[in-house]
Amino acid sequence: MIAAAVLAALAMICAVAAWRLTFARWTWRAPRTAILLWQSLGLTWGLASIGALLAFALDPYRKGVVHGLAEFLLSVEFGVRQPYDYLRLAALVAGLSLLAVLVALPLAAGAQTLRARRRHRLLLALVARDEPAVPGVRVVDFPGAAAYCLPGLKSQVVISDGTLHLLSSAELEAVLAHEAAHVRERHDLVLLPFAALRRALPWSKLVRDAQASVELLVEMAADDRALQRCCPRRLATALLRFGTSAALPTPQGALGVSAPSSVMARVDRLVRPEVALPAAHRFLILAGSVVLATSAPLLWLLPG
Amino acid sequence: MKGLGELERSIMDILWAENTPLTAREVGRLIEDRDLAPTTVMTVLDRLARKGFLTRTRDGRAWRYQPAASRDAYVAELMLEALDMTGDRDAALTRFARAVSGSEAEILLKALTELEEE
Repeated sequence: MIAAAVLAALAMICAVAAWRLTFARWTWRAPRTAILLWQSLGLTWGLASIGALLAFALDPYRKGVVHGLAEFLLSVEFGVRQPYDYLRLAALVAGLSLLAVLVALPLAAGAQTLRARRRHRLLLALVARDEPAVPGVRVVDFPGAAAYCLPGLKSQVVISDGTLHLLSSAELEAVLAHEAAHVRERHDLVLLPFAALRRALPWSKLVRDAQASVELLVEMAADDRALQRCCPRRLATALLRFGTSAALPTPQGALGVSAPSSVMARVDRLVRPEVALPAAHRFLILAGSVVLATSAPLLWLLPG
Repeated sequence: MKGLGELERSIMDILWAENTPLTAREVGRLIEDRDLAPTTVMTVLDRLARKGFLTRTRDGRAWRYQPAASRDAYVAELMLEALDMTGDRDAALTRFARAVSGSEAEILLKALTELEEE
């Protein structure tokens, strides 16, 4: 019963930490480290929640989650004798369902994402053109402002024709450096599990906030990387021009509520940079993330 | 000879420019690259039809091809996704920034003016 209690406590700790992290501002001073912490919290929360349910259900085996589950699957004997056992049975079903959901959803989301990208790539091949002014970038004839990266084995950076008119050449360079950072660091893979979790728990404010936080941190990480090739001011003005370019009417309800202030937060960070988080702090957070992420699998092995 | 992707593109451009369904022979005549084998044009038209970008109708012994949707419709589809206006916030693309509206746009505009004046 100890393993179940510890795992349940761990899941609670992760949830509370995630909730606190959605308000934290130090994360903006070390986006990369913060992203790692988010990933660790998400993974540990999932493993701890499933583990707590299974550890409780398989407690009579006294062998821990992993070996207990193996024995249960081999013997298929659960031993429902008293009312208390029904509770255990319910925990078993809940634990296995949660496991299935948390494995299946990212896979489904991944498959759907791949399909959407494939379609996008096909269409781009037909309607996008190359522009001598911006080699290696696909240009779509569209008056509004759009700049994005289509990730994949052969990632493509795409901008709209309107972007070419909207930005100066220095600003355009800053935007392209930002998109190149997304490509190089495969930020889409960072975002995928959070998008999947959001789809799994659409009513959860915490999950929604977590996804928004990670999205913003990924943008900030790409901004930081872009600064190696451009000056902060040009990236800031490019962001502001993009933000105010709303040439399109915003469809009702389509954009959600999480967009506000993220542009301004990024601009503030570029124009009035804060000191980066000290290396010692970052190392501590890093170490903490690793310990956290390894704790849950170890607890799955803890007997009793 | 151009790559297959490039060829698909020019054939779509031709069919979008002409407002009437064309046969493979007619497409071949309009294509810039005159050395192209007629079978290549047929192959590419067939590929595009299978991908759903062209529809075809029988005309005697030949097929007549026309675009399934306009060029603008495809651009719109791409840009809806690019601007994250499809409603489901998936992780298919990573975007530079979103446009905002209303009072927030005013704040951004003010910041932009300040930055440009400095």
